[in-house]
Amino acid sequence: MKILVPLKRVADPDNANKVKVNGGKLETTGLEWKPNPFDEYAVETALRLTENGANPKARLGEVIVVTFGPKETETTLRGALATGADKAIRIDATDDQLDGDLIARALKALVEKEKPDLVLTGKQAVDGDSNQVGQLVASYLGWPQATFAGTIKSEDDKSLLVGREVDGGTINLRVTLPAVVSVDLRIVAPNSVQSKASPAHKYPEGVRFAALMAIMAAKKKPLTEVKLADLVGADTALKITYGAHELPPARKAGIKVANVPELVAKLKSEAKVL
Amino acid sequence: MPNTLVIAELHDGAVRKSTHSAINFARQAGGTFSILVLGPGSKAAAKEIEGFGAAKILAADDAYLANGLAERVVPTIAEVARSGGFDVVAVTASSFGKDIAPGIAAKLGAGYAPDIAGVKDEGGKLVYRRPVYAGNAYASCSVSTPVQVVSVRQSEFSAAEPSGGNSPVEDVAVAAKDPAAERVEFVSLDAAKSERPDLGEARVIVSGGRALKEKFAEVLDPLANLLNAAVGASRAACDAGYAPAELQVGQTGRVVAPRLYFAIGISGAIQHLAGMKGSKTIVAINKDADAPIFQVADYGLVGDLFTAVPELVTELKKAT
Repeated sequence: MKILVPLKRVADPDNANKVKVNGGKLETTGLEWKPNPFDEYAVETALRLTENGANPKARLGEVIVVTFGPKETETTLRGALATGADKAIRIDATDDQLDGDLIARALKALVEKEKPDLVLTGKQAVDGDSNQVGQLVASYLGWPQATFAGTIKSEDDKSLLVGREVDGGTINLRVTLPAVVSVDLRIVAPNSVQSKASPAHKYPEGVRFAALMAIMAAKKKPLTEVKLADLVGADTALKITYGAHELPPARKAGIKVANVPELVAKLKSEAKVL
Repeated sequence: MPNTLVIAELHDGAVRKSTHSAINFARQAGGTFSILVLGPGSKAAAKEIEGFGAAKILAADDAYLANGLAERVVPTIAEVARSGGFDVVAVTASSFGKDIAPGIAAKLGAGYAPDIAGVKDEGGKLVYRRPVYAGNAYASCSVSTPVQVVSVRQSEFSAAEPSGGNSPVEDVAVAAKDPAAERVEFVSLDAAKSERPDLGEARVIVSGGRALKEKFAEVLDPLANLLNAAVGASRAACDAGYAPAELQVGQTGRVVAPRLYFAIGISGAIQHLAGMKGSKTIVAINKDADAPIFQVADYGLVGDLFTAVPELVTELKKAT
Protein backbone atom coordinates (compact mmCIF):
# COMPACT_ATOMS: atom_id res chain seq x y z
CA MET A 1 0.00 0.00 0.00
CA LYS A 2 1.19 3.49 -0.84
CA ILE A 3 0.26 6.19 1.67
CA LEU A 4 0.58 9.97 1.51
CA VAL A 5 0.83 11.78 4.85
CA PRO A 6 0.68 15.60 5.02
CA LEU A 7 2.69 17.09 7.89
CA LYS A 8 2.63 20.49 9.52
CA ARG A 9 5.02 22.01 11.99
CA VAL A 10 3.41 23.91 14.87
CA ALA A 11 4.70 26.10 17.68
CA ASP A 12 5.32 23.86 20.70
CA PRO A 13 1.78 22.87 21.76
CA ASP A 14 2.86 22.14 25.33
CA ASN A 15 3.72 25.81 25.69
CA ALA A 16 0.76 27.23 23.75
CA ASN A 17 -0.08 29.38 26.78
CA LYS A 18 3.09 31.38 26.05
CA VAL A 19 1.85 32.82 22.75
CA LYS A 20 1.77 36.61 22.72
CA VAL A 21 -0.25 39.19 20.86
CA ASN A 22 1.50 42.37 19.80
CA GLY A 23 -0.53 45.04 18.04
CA GLY A 24 -3.10 42.45 16.98
CA LYS A 25 -0.43 40.13 15.62
CA LEU A 26 0.09 36.69 17.08
CA GLU A 27 3.67 35.93 18.07
CA THR A 28 5.12 32.53 18.86
CA THR A 29 8.66 33.82 19.39
CA GLY A 30 10.65 31.58 21.69
CA LEU A 31 8.46 28.55 21.07
CA GLU A 32 10.22 25.63 19.43
CA TRP A 33 8.81 24.18 16.20
CA LYS A 34 7.40 20.68 16.69
CA PRO A 35 5.59 18.36 14.31
CA ASN A 36 1.83 18.60 14.83
CA PRO A 37 1.15 15.66 17.22
CA PHE A 38 -1.78 14.34 15.17
CA ASP A 39 0.44 14.32 12.07
CA GLU A 40 3.05 12.31 13.96
CA TYR A 41 0.27 9.86 14.76
CA ALA A 42 -0.63 9.73 11.07
CA VAL A 43 2.99 8.88 10.18
CA GLU A 44 3.06 6.16 12.85
CA THR A 45 -0.23 4.78 11.52
CA ALA A 46 1.09 4.80 7.95
CA LEU A 47 4.25 2.95 9.01
CA ARG A 48 2.25 0.33 10.88
CA LEU A 49 0.06 -0.23 7.83
CA THR A 50 3.07 -0.77 5.54
CA GLU A 51 5.20 -3.19 7.53
CA ASN A 52 5.26 -6.47 9.40
CA GLY A 53 5.35 -5.40 13.06
CA ALA A 54 7.76 -8.23 13.88
CA ASN A 55 10.23 -7.09 11.22
CA PRO A 56 9.64 -3.37 10.69
CA LYS A 57 12.89 -2.77 8.80
CA ALA A 58 11.65 -4.60 5.73
CA ARG A 59 9.29 -2.10 4.12
CA LEU A 60 6.18 -3.65 2.56
CA GLY A 61 4.69 -0.46 1.18
CA GLU A 62 5.57 3.17 0.72
CA VAL A 63 4.99 6.20 2.93
CA ILE A 64 5.40 9.64 1.39
CA VAL A 65 5.40 12.65 3.71
CA VAL A 66 4.62 16.12 2.41
CA THR A 67 4.72 19.55 3.98
CA PHE A 68 4.05 23.13 2.90
CA GLY A 69 6.63 25.66 3.91
CA PRO A 70 9.97 27.36 3.39
CA LYS A 71 13.27 25.44 3.22
CA GLU A 72 13.60 25.23 7.00
CA THR A 73 10.46 23.02 7.25
CA GLU A 74 12.53 20.24 5.70
CA THR A 75 13.61 19.54 9.29
CA THR A 76 10.08 18.27 9.95
CA LEU A 77 10.24 16.05 6.86
CA ARG A 78 13.69 14.67 7.78
CA GLY A 79 12.31 13.78 11.20
CA ALA A 80 9.56 11.71 9.59
CA LEU A 81 12.06 10.09 7.20
CA ALA A 82 14.19 9.13 10.19
CA THR A 83 11.29 7.28 11.83
CA GLY A 84 10.76 5.26 8.65
CA ALA A 85 8.95 7.24 5.95
CA ASP A 86 10.33 6.45 2.49
CA LYS A 87 10.34 9.76 0.70
CA ALA A 88 9.44 13.39 1.27
CA ILE A 89 8.09 16.32 -0.70
CA ARG A 90 8.24 19.99 0.31
CA ILE A 91 5.82 22.30 -1.38
CA ASP A 92 7.48 25.68 -1.31
CA ALA A 93 5.20 28.29 0.26
CA THR A 94 4.91 30.56 3.27
CA ASP A 95 2.08 30.43 5.80
CA ASP A 96 0.57 33.73 4.67
CA GLN A 97 0.15 32.33 1.14
CA LEU A 98 -1.93 29.42 2.40
CA ASP A 99 -5.28 28.47 3.84
CA GLY A 100 -6.76 25.03 4.41
CA ASP A 101 -8.63 25.14 1.12
CA LEU A 102 -5.56 25.96 -0.98
CA ILE A 103 -3.56 23.26 0.81
CA ALA A 104 -6.30 20.75 0.04
CA ARG A 105 -6.39 21.73 -3.63
CA ALA A 106 -2.60 21.41 -3.88
CA LEU A 107 -2.76 18.01 -2.16
CA LYS A 108 -5.40 16.89 -4.64
CA ALA A 109 -3.03 17.72 -7.51
CA LEU A 110 -0.18 15.96 -5.73
CA VAL A 111 -2.31 12.85 -5.16
CA GLU A 112 -3.10 12.75 -8.86
CA LYS A 113 0.65 12.70 -9.56
CA GLU A 114 1.76 10.31 -6.84
CA LYS A 115 -1.30 8.02 -6.93
CA PRO A 116 -1.35 6.81 -3.32
CA ASP A 117 -3.98 4.32 -2.13
CA LEU A 118 -4.58 6.26 1.04
CA VAL A 119 -4.18 9.82 2.31
CA LEU A 120 -3.69 9.77 6.09
CA THR A 121 -3.96 13.07 7.94
CA GLY A 122 -4.02 14.12 11.56
CA LYS A 123 -7.56 15.15 12.48
CA GLN A 124 -6.44 18.71 13.14
CA ALA A 125 -3.34 20.86 13.51
CA VAL A 126 -3.16 22.03 17.09
CA ASP A 127 -2.27 25.64 16.23
CA GLY A 128 -5.27 26.69 14.10
CA ASP A 129 -7.47 23.78 15.29
CA SER A 130 -9.43 23.95 12.04
CA ASN A 131 -9.99 20.24 11.47
CA GLN A 132 -10.63 20.51 7.73
CA VAL A 133 -7.83 19.45 5.37
CA GLY A 134 -8.59 15.71 5.29
CA GLN A 135 -12.28 16.29 4.59
CA LEU A 136 -11.52 18.89 1.90
CA VAL A 137 -9.03 16.60 0.16
CA ALA A 138 -11.58 13.76 0.14
CA SER A 139 -14.20 16.05 -1.31
CA TYR A 140 -11.93 17.46 -4.02
CA LEU A 141 -10.76 13.97 -5.00
CA GLY A 142 -14.22 12.42 -4.82
CA TRP A 143 -12.85 9.81 -2.41
CA PRO A 144 -14.62 8.43 0.66
CA GLN A 145 -13.50 9.76 4.04
CA ALA A 146 -13.29 8.35 7.54
CA THR A 147 -12.50 11.10 10.04
CA PHE A 148 -11.33 10.88 13.67
CA ALA A 149 -10.10 7.28 13.38
CA GLY A 150 -9.31 5.60 16.70
CA THR A 151 -8.80 2.18 15.06
CA ILE A 152 -7.98 1.01 11.52
CA LYS A 153 -8.03 -2.56 10.30
CA SER A 154 -6.74 -3.33 6.82
CA GLU A 155 -8.88 -5.78 4.90
CA ASP A 156 -6.27 -7.15 2.48
CA ASP A 157 -5.26 -3.55 1.63
CA LYS A 158 -8.40 -3.25 -0.49
CA SER A 159 -10.63 -1.70 2.13
CA LEU A 160 -10.22 -0.40 5.68
CA LEU A 161 -12.48 -0.97 8.65
CA VAL A 162 -12.28 2.28 10.60
CA GLY A 163 -13.54 2.96 14.13
CA ARG A 164 -14.37 6.68 14.25
CA GLU A 165 -14.38 8.42 17.64
CA VAL A 166 -17.56 10.53 17.68
CA ASP A 167 -19.43 12.42 20.40
CA GLY A 168 -21.79 9.56 21.21
CA GLY A 169 -19.40 6.61 20.96
CA THR A 170 -17.75 4.89 18.00
CA ILE A 171 -18.99 4.66 14.41
CA ASN A 172 -17.53 1.74 12.45
CA LEU A 173 -17.19 2.40 8.72
CA ARG A 174 -15.79 0.36 5.88
CA VAL A 175 -14.10 2.47 3.21
CA THR A 176 -12.92 1.06 -0.09
CA LEU A 177 -9.52 2.36 -1.16
CA PRO A 178 -8.46 4.83 -2.37
CA ALA A 179 -9.71 6.89 0.57
CA VAL A 180 -8.85 9.64 3.04
CA VAL A 181 -8.60 8.85 6.75
CA SER A 182 -7.91 11.36 9.53
CA VAL A 183 -6.57 9.99 12.79
CA ASP A 184 -7.45 10.71 16.41
CA LEU A 185 -5.46 10.26 19.61
CA ARG A 186 -6.13 6.60 20.34
CA ILE A 187 -4.78 5.45 16.96
CA VAL A 188 -1.34 4.95 18.55
CA ALA A 189 -2.54 2.49 21.21
CA PRO A 190 -0.77 -0.91 20.95
CA ASN A 191 -3.33 -2.69 18.77
CA SER A 192 -5.25 0.20 17.16
CA VAL A 193 -3.77 -0.39 13.71
CA GLN A 194 -4.13 -3.88 12.25
CA SER A 195 -2.07 -4.18 9.11
CA LYS A 196 -2.42 -6.79 6.38
CA ALA A 197 0.98 -8.29 7.21
CA SER A 198 0.75 -8.47 11.01
CA PRO A 199 -2.78 -7.79 12.24
CA ALA A 200 -2.16 -9.17 15.74
CA HIS A 201 1.11 -7.35 16.39
CA LYS A 202 1.16 -5.29 19.57
CA TYR A 203 3.18 -2.08 19.36
CA PRO A 204 4.50 -0.04 22.26
CA GLU A 205 2.06 2.79 23.12
CA GLY A 206 2.69 5.99 21.16
CA VAL A 207 4.91 6.86 18.23
CA ARG A 208 8.33 5.36 17.49
CA PHE A 209 11.50 7.36 17.92
CA ALA A 210 14.32 7.52 15.41
CA ALA A 211 17.61 5.84 16.28
CA LEU A 212 20.78 7.86 15.63
CA MET A 213 21.70 5.60 12.70
CA ALA A 214 18.28 6.20 11.17
CA ILE A 215 18.66 9.96 11.55
CA MET A 216 21.93 9.74 9.62
CA ALA A 217 20.39 7.47 6.98
CA ALA A 218 17.41 9.80 6.57
CA LYS A 219 19.71 12.45 5.14
CA LYS A 220 20.12 10.22 2.09
CA LYS A 221 16.43 9.53 1.55
CA PRO A 222 14.78 11.37 -1.36
CA LEU A 223 13.38 14.80 -0.59
CA THR A 224 12.09 16.85 -3.48
CA GLU A 225 10.80 20.40 -3.76
CA VAL A 226 7.66 21.25 -5.70
CA LYS A 227 6.45 24.77 -6.49
CA LEU A 228 2.94 25.58 -5.28
CA ALA A 229 2.11 26.99 -8.71
CA ASP A 230 3.01 23.64 -10.33
CA LEU A 231 0.12 22.13 -8.39
CA VAL A 232 -2.56 24.81 -8.34
CA GLY A 233 -1.57 27.06 -11.24
CA ALA A 234 -2.60 30.66 -10.84
CA ASP A 235 -5.60 29.83 -8.65
CA THR A 236 -3.98 30.90 -5.39
CA ALA A 237 -6.71 33.13 -3.93
CA LEU A 238 -7.43 32.47 -0.27
CA LYS A 239 -10.98 31.87 0.90
CA ILE A 240 -10.44 32.86 4.51
CA THR A 241 -8.48 35.84 5.77
CA TYR A 242 -7.35 36.46 9.31
CA GLY A 243 -7.40 39.87 10.97
CA ALA A 244 -6.42 40.91 14.46
CA HIS A 245 -5.68 38.48 17.26
CA GLU A 246 -6.33 39.03 20.95
CA LEU A 247 -5.63 37.19 24.17
CA PRO A 248 -8.59 35.56 25.91
CA PRO A 249 -10.01 37.39 28.94
CA ALA A 250 -8.13 36.25 32.05
CA ARG A 251 -10.04 34.31 34.68
CA LYS A 252 -10.15 36.04 38.01
CA ALA A 253 -7.84 34.45 40.55
CA GLY A 254 -9.45 31.71 42.61
CA ILE A 255 -8.92 30.70 46.21
CA LYS A 256 -7.90 27.55 48.02
CA VAL A 257 -10.37 26.19 50.53
CA ALA A 258 -9.21 24.40 53.67
CA ASN A 259 -11.67 21.53 53.66
CA VAL A 260 -14.79 20.02 52.10
CA PRO A 261 -17.36 21.79 54.30
CA GLU A 262 -15.83 25.16 53.37
CA LEU A 263 -15.97 24.20 49.68
CA VAL A 264 -19.66 23.32 49.91
CA ALA A 265 -20.41 26.54 51.81
CA LYS A 266 -18.66 28.64 49.12
CA LEU A 267 -20.42 26.85 46.27
CA LYS A 268 -23.74 27.45 47.96
CA SER A 269 -23.49 31.01 49.26
CA GLU A 270 -20.77 32.65 47.14
CA ALA A 271 -20.84 30.99 43.70
CA LYS A 272 -24.55 30.11 44.08
CA VAL A 273 -24.23 27.11 41.82
CA LEU A 274 -25.89 24.49 44.00
CA MET B 1 -28.53 40.64 5.80
CA PRO B 2 -27.62 37.00 5.34
CA ASN B 3 -29.98 34.16 4.61
CA THR B 4 -28.62 31.24 6.65
CA LEU B 5 -29.20 27.52 6.24
CA VAL B 6 -28.87 25.71 9.56
CA ILE B 7 -28.11 21.99 9.32
CA ALA B 8 -29.86 20.08 12.09
CA GLU B 9 -28.33 16.99 13.65
CA LEU B 10 -30.73 14.06 13.83
CA HIS B 11 -30.22 11.21 16.29
CA ASP B 12 -32.65 8.36 16.94
CA GLY B 13 -35.40 10.30 15.18
CA ALA B 14 -34.96 13.44 17.29
CA VAL B 15 -33.18 16.72 16.68
CA ARG B 16 -30.07 16.91 18.85
CA LYS B 17 -29.95 19.81 21.26
CA SER B 18 -26.59 20.80 19.74
CA THR B 19 -28.61 22.10 16.76
CA HIS B 20 -29.96 24.92 18.98
CA SER B 21 -26.46 26.43 19.09
CA ALA B 22 -26.38 26.77 15.30
CA ILE B 23 -29.86 28.34 15.46
CA ASN B 24 -28.52 30.85 18.01
CA PHE B 25 -25.72 31.66 15.55
CA ALA B 26 -28.22 32.24 12.73
CA ARG B 27 -30.16 34.68 14.91
CA GLN B 28 -26.96 36.55 15.84
CA ALA B 29 -25.85 36.73 12.20
CA GLY B 30 -29.10 38.57 11.51
CA GLY B 31 -31.32 38.25 8.45
CA THR B 32 -33.40 35.15 7.95
CA PHE B 33 -32.73 31.47 8.37
CA SER B 34 -34.14 28.07 7.47
CA ILE B 35 -33.31 24.67 8.95
CA LEU B 36 -32.53 21.49 7.00
CA VAL B 37 -33.13 18.12 8.67
CA LEU B 38 -31.78 15.01 6.94
CA GLY B 39 -32.45 11.32 7.37
CA PRO B 40 -35.34 8.98 8.12
CA GLY B 41 -37.79 10.55 10.56
CA SER B 42 -36.80 14.12 9.67
CA LYS B 43 -40.32 15.16 8.88
CA ALA B 44 -41.61 14.17 12.29
CA ALA B 45 -38.53 15.63 13.97
CA ALA B 46 -39.06 18.92 12.13
CA LYS B 47 -42.06 19.51 14.43
CA GLU B 48 -39.69 19.80 17.40
CA ILE B 49 -38.06 22.88 15.94
CA GLU B 50 -41.02 24.61 14.29
CA GLY B 51 -41.17 27.24 17.05
CA PHE B 52 -37.70 28.76 16.62
CA GLY B 53 -38.52 31.41 14.05
CA ALA B 54 -37.15 29.69 10.95
CA ALA B 55 -38.58 30.89 7.61
CA LYS B 56 -38.88 27.24 6.61
CA ILE B 57 -37.94 23.82 7.80
CA LEU B 58 -36.75 21.59 5.01
CA ALA B 59 -36.96 17.85 5.56
CA ALA B 60 -35.05 15.34 3.45
CA ASP B 61 -36.85 12.35 4.96
CA ASP B 62 -35.08 9.50 3.22
CA ALA B 63 -33.42 6.30 4.45
CA TYR B 64 -30.50 6.94 2.08
CA LEU B 65 -29.44 9.77 4.43
CA ALA B 66 -29.43 7.62 7.57
CA ASN B 67 -26.45 7.75 9.96
CA GLY B 68 -25.24 11.12 8.68
CA LEU B 69 -22.52 9.79 6.36
CA ALA B 70 -20.74 12.74 4.76
CA GLU B 71 -20.71 11.24 1.25
CA ARG B 72 -24.49 10.84 1.42
CA VAL B 73 -25.68 14.02 3.16
CA VAL B 74 -23.26 16.60 1.73
CA PRO B 75 -24.59 16.57 -1.89
CA THR B 76 -28.15 17.21 -0.67
CA ILE B 77 -27.03 19.98 1.71
CA ALA B 78 -25.06 21.64 -1.09
CA GLU B 79 -27.99 21.37 -3.51
CA VAL B 80 -30.45 22.87 -1.00
CA ALA B 81 -27.99 25.69 -0.23
CA ARG B 82 -27.51 26.44 -3.91
CA SER B 83 -31.12 26.25 -5.06
CA GLY B 84 -32.38 28.17 -2.01
CA GLY B 85 -29.87 30.99 -2.54
CA PHE B 86 -28.45 30.75 0.98
CA ASP B 87 -25.47 32.95 1.89
CA VAL B 88 -24.32 31.03 4.96
CA VAL B 89 -24.48 27.34 5.84
CA ALA B 90 -24.15 26.76 9.59
CA VAL B 91 -23.59 23.58 11.57
CA THR B 92 -22.71 23.06 15.22
CA ALA B 93 -19.10 21.94 15.62
CA SER B 94 -19.99 18.50 16.95
CA SER B 95 -18.25 15.44 15.52
CA PHE B 96 -21.08 15.34 12.92
CA GLY B 97 -20.66 19.02 12.01
CA LYS B 98 -16.87 18.88 11.81
CA ASP B 99 -17.05 15.81 9.59
CA ILE B 100 -19.40 17.34 7.00
CA ALA B 101 -18.71 21.10 6.99
CA PRO B 102 -15.50 21.11 4.88
CA GLY B 103 -17.15 18.94 2.23
CA ILE B 104 -20.11 21.33 2.02
CA ALA B 105 -17.67 24.21 1.52
CA ALA B 106 -15.78 22.32 -1.20
CA LYS B 107 -18.99 21.49 -3.09
CA LEU B 108 -20.15 25.13 -2.94
CA GLY B 109 -16.75 26.67 -3.69
CA ALA B 110 -17.21 28.39 -0.34
CA GLY B 111 -14.75 29.38 2.36
CA TYR B 112 -15.12 27.68 5.73
CA ALA B 113 -14.75 29.29 9.16
CA PRO B 114 -14.37 26.40 11.61
CA ASP B 115 -15.37 26.24 15.29
CA ILE B 116 -16.27 29.90 15.70
CA ALA B 117 -16.90 31.48 19.09
CA GLY B 118 -18.60 34.68 17.91
CA VAL B 119 -20.01 36.60 14.95
CA LYS B 120 -20.42 40.30 14.18
CA ASP B 121 -21.86 42.09 11.18
CA GLU B 122 -19.38 44.79 10.19
CA GLY B 123 -20.95 46.88 7.46
CA GLY B 124 -22.60 43.93 5.77
CA LYS B 125 -19.60 41.63 6.19
CA LEU B 126 -19.69 38.82 8.73
CA VAL B 127 -16.61 38.80 10.93
CA TYR B 128 -15.98 35.71 13.01
CA ARG B 129 -14.06 35.22 16.20
CA ARG B 130 -12.40 31.86 16.74
CA PRO B 131 -10.04 30.30 19.27
CA VAL B 132 -6.54 29.28 18.15
CA TYR B 133 -3.56 27.75 19.99
CA ALA B 134 -5.76 25.76 22.35
CA GLY B 135 -7.82 28.81 23.23
CA ASN B 136 -4.75 30.80 24.28
CA ALA B 137 -5.58 33.42 21.64
CA TYR B 138 -8.60 34.45 19.63
CA ALA B 139 -8.45 35.43 15.98
CA SER B 140 -10.91 37.46 13.95
CA CYS B 141 -11.42 36.20 10.44
CA SER B 142 -13.71 36.57 7.49
CA VAL B 143 -14.57 34.53 4.43
CA SER B 144 -14.00 36.09 1.02
CA THR B 145 -16.35 33.91 -1.06
CA PRO B 146 -19.99 34.90 -1.67
CA VAL B 147 -21.23 31.77 0.11
CA GLN B 148 -19.78 30.86 3.51
CA VAL B 149 -19.79 27.76 5.68
CA VAL B 150 -19.33 27.97 9.46
CA SER B 151 -19.26 25.54 12.33
CA VAL B 152 -20.17 27.03 15.69
CA ARG B 153 -18.79 26.10 19.06
CA GLN B 154 -21.55 24.73 21.28
CA SER B 155 -19.92 26.03 24.47
CA GLU B 156 -19.87 29.61 23.10
CA PHE B 157 -23.31 29.73 21.44
CA SER B 158 -25.84 28.79 24.11
CA ALA B 159 -28.86 26.77 23.05
CA ALA B 160 -31.48 29.01 21.38
CA GLU B 161 -34.85 29.18 23.11
CA PRO B 162 -38.08 28.81 21.13
CA SER B 163 -39.48 32.14 19.96
CA GLY B 164 -42.96 30.95 19.04
CA GLY B 165 -44.66 30.64 15.68
CA ASN B 166 -44.98 27.70 13.36
CA SER B 167 -42.38 27.40 10.61
CA PRO B 168 -43.79 25.63 7.55
CA VAL B 169 -42.23 22.24 6.80
CA GLU B 170 -41.31 21.43 3.21
CA ASP B 171 -40.04 18.20 1.70
CA VAL B 172 -36.78 18.21 -0.19
CA ALA B 173 -35.50 15.45 -2.42
CA VAL B 174 -32.18 13.64 -2.18
CA ALA B 175 -29.72 15.23 -4.63
CA ALA B 176 -27.83 13.31 -7.29
CA LYS B 177 -25.74 10.66 -5.52
CA ASP B 178 -22.02 11.08 -5.07
CA PRO B 179 -20.06 8.07 -6.48
CA ALA B 180 -17.84 8.20 -3.36
CA ALA B 181 -20.90 7.12 -1.33
CA GLU B 182 -20.71 3.70 -2.95
CA ARG B 183 -17.26 3.22 -1.46
CA VAL B 184 -18.22 3.78 2.17
CA GLU B 185 -20.38 1.44 4.19
CA PHE B 186 -21.86 2.09 7.61
CA VAL B 187 -21.07 -1.02 9.66
CA SER B 188 -22.26 -0.19 13.17
CA LEU B 189 -22.52 2.39 15.92
CA ASP B 190 -21.16 1.44 19.32
CA ALA B 191 -23.24 3.95 21.22
CA ALA B 192 -22.14 5.08 24.64
CA LYS B 193 -24.83 3.94 27.03
CA SER B 194 -25.52 6.56 29.61
CA GLU B 195 -28.54 7.92 31.43
CA ARG B 196 -26.61 11.07 32.15
CA PRO B 197 -26.93 14.39 30.33
CA ASP B 198 -24.65 14.94 27.32
CA LEU B 199 -21.37 16.73 28.02
CA GLY B 200 -22.34 19.54 25.65
CA GLU B 201 -25.61 20.20 27.46
CA ALA B 202 -24.96 19.45 31.13
CA ARG B 203 -25.16 22.24 33.71
CA VAL B 204 -22.73 20.37 35.94
CA ILE B 205 -19.77 18.23 34.85
CA VAL B 206 -17.70 15.96 37.07
CA SER B 207 -14.39 15.17 35.38
CA GLY B 208 -11.69 12.81 36.52
CA GLY B 209 -8.04 12.25 35.73
CA ARG B 210 -5.60 9.38 35.72
CA ALA B 211 -5.19 9.56 39.51
CA LEU B 212 -8.57 7.80 39.88
CA LYS B 213 -7.21 4.64 38.24
CA GLU B 214 -9.66 1.71 38.24
CA LYS B 215 -11.84 3.54 40.76
CA PHE B 216 -12.87 6.16 38.18
CA ALA B 217 -16.57 5.27 38.16
CA GLU B 218 -16.70 4.13 41.77
CA VAL B 219 -15.49 7.52 43.02
CA LEU B 220 -17.16 9.86 40.51
CA ASP B 221 -20.56 8.24 39.93
CA PRO B 222 -22.08 9.06 43.34
CA LEU B 223 -21.14 12.74 42.92
CA ALA B 224 -22.39 12.85 39.30
CA ASN B 225 -25.64 11.09 40.25
CA LEU B 226 -26.30 13.50 43.10
CA LEU B 227 -25.80 16.58 40.92
CA ASN B 228 -27.37 15.15 37.73
CA ALA B 229 -24.00 15.85 36.15
CA ALA B 230 -22.31 14.61 33.01
CA VAL B 231 -19.05 12.76 33.55
CA GLY B 232 -15.92 13.91 31.75
CA ALA B 233 -12.31 12.79 31.74
CA SER B 234 -8.80 13.97 30.98
CA ARG B 235 -6.91 12.55 28.04
CA ALA B 236 -4.64 10.64 30.41
CA ALA B 237 -7.63 8.87 31.99
CA CYS B 238 -9.02 7.96 28.54
CA ASP B 239 -5.66 6.78 27.17
CA ALA B 240 -5.15 4.60 30.22
CA GLY B 241 -8.56 3.03 29.67
CA TYR B 242 -10.09 4.26 32.95
CA ALA B 243 -12.75 6.18 31.01
CA PRO B 244 -14.15 5.77 27.47
CA ALA B 245 -12.76 8.06 24.77
CA GLU B 246 -16.05 9.92 24.20
CA LEU B 247 -15.81 11.40 27.70
CA GLN B 248 -12.58 13.27 26.93
CA VAL B 249 -12.78 16.99 27.62
CA GLY B 250 -10.12 19.14 25.97
CA GLN B 251 -8.78 20.89 22.91
CA THR B 252 -9.27 17.81 20.78
CA GLY B 253 -12.12 16.20 22.69
CA ARG B 254 -15.30 17.91 23.87
CA VAL B 255 -15.20 21.63 24.60
CA VAL B 256 -17.58 22.43 27.44
CA ALA B 257 -18.74 25.41 29.48
CA PRO B 258 -21.12 24.24 32.22
CA ARG B 259 -22.20 26.33 35.22
CA LEU B 260 -20.12 24.11 37.49
CA TYR B 261 -17.11 21.99 36.57
CA PHE B 262 -15.32 19.64 38.95
CA ALA B 263 -11.76 18.70 37.95
CA ILE B 264 -10.86 15.76 40.16
CA GLY B 265 -7.34 14.37 40.06
CA ILE B 266 -6.66 16.35 36.88
CA SER B 267 -3.33 18.16 36.76
CA GLY B 268 -4.49 20.68 34.13
CA ALA B 269 -2.48 20.20 30.94
CA ILE B 270 -2.92 23.00 28.38
CA GLN B 271 -4.96 20.66 26.19
CA HIS B 272 -7.42 19.94 29.01
CA LEU B 273 -7.75 23.58 30.05
CA ALA B 274 -8.63 24.44 26.44
CA GLY B 275 -11.75 22.32 26.77
CA MET B 276 -13.13 23.61 30.06
CA LYS B 277 -11.82 27.03 31.05
CA GLY B 278 -14.99 28.69 29.76
CA SER B 279 -16.90 27.04 32.62
CA LYS B 280 -18.62 29.49 34.98
CA THR B 281 -17.35 28.01 38.23
CA ILE B 282 -14.43 25.59 38.38
CA VAL B 283 -13.61 23.40 41.36
CA ALA B 284 -10.32 21.50 41.48
CA ILE B 285 -9.43 18.71 43.86
CA ASN B 286 -5.85 17.53 43.61
CA LYS B 287 -3.20 16.36 46.04
CA ASP B 288 -0.48 18.37 44.25
CA ALA B 289 -0.77 21.97 45.46
CA ASP B 290 1.27 23.17 42.45
CA ALA B 291 -0.89 21.51 39.79
CA PRO B 292 -1.69 24.00 36.96
CA ILE B 293 -5.41 23.26 37.32
CA PHE B 294 -5.41 25.49 40.43
CA GLN B 295 -4.52 28.49 38.25
CA VAL B 296 -7.93 28.37 36.57
CA ALA B 297 -9.96 26.99 39.50
CA ASP B 298 -12.27 29.32 41.42
CA TYR B 299 -12.12 26.94 44.38
CA GLY B 300 -9.20 24.62 44.92
CA LEU B 301 -8.94 21.88 47.50
CA VAL B 302 -5.56 20.27 48.07
CA GLY B 303 -6.09 16.77 49.32
CA ASP B 304 -6.62 13.09 48.67
CA LEU B 305 -9.50 12.73 46.25
CA PHE B 306 -10.32 9.23 47.52
CA THR B 307 -11.42 10.71 50.84
CA ALA B 308 -12.42 14.21 49.65
CA VAL B 309 -14.94 13.13 47.00
CA PRO B 310 -16.98 10.81 49.26
CA GLU B 311 -16.93 13.53 51.92
CA LEU B 312 -18.12 16.03 49.31
CA VAL B 313 -21.06 13.75 48.47
CA THR B 314 -21.98 13.54 52.17
CA GLU B 315 -21.70 17.31 52.71
CA LEU B 316 -23.68 18.12 49.54
CA LYS B 317 -26.49 15.83 50.65
CA LYS B 318 -26.62 17.76 53.95
CA ALA B 319 -26.55 21.13 52.18
CA THR B 320 -29.21 20.58 49.54
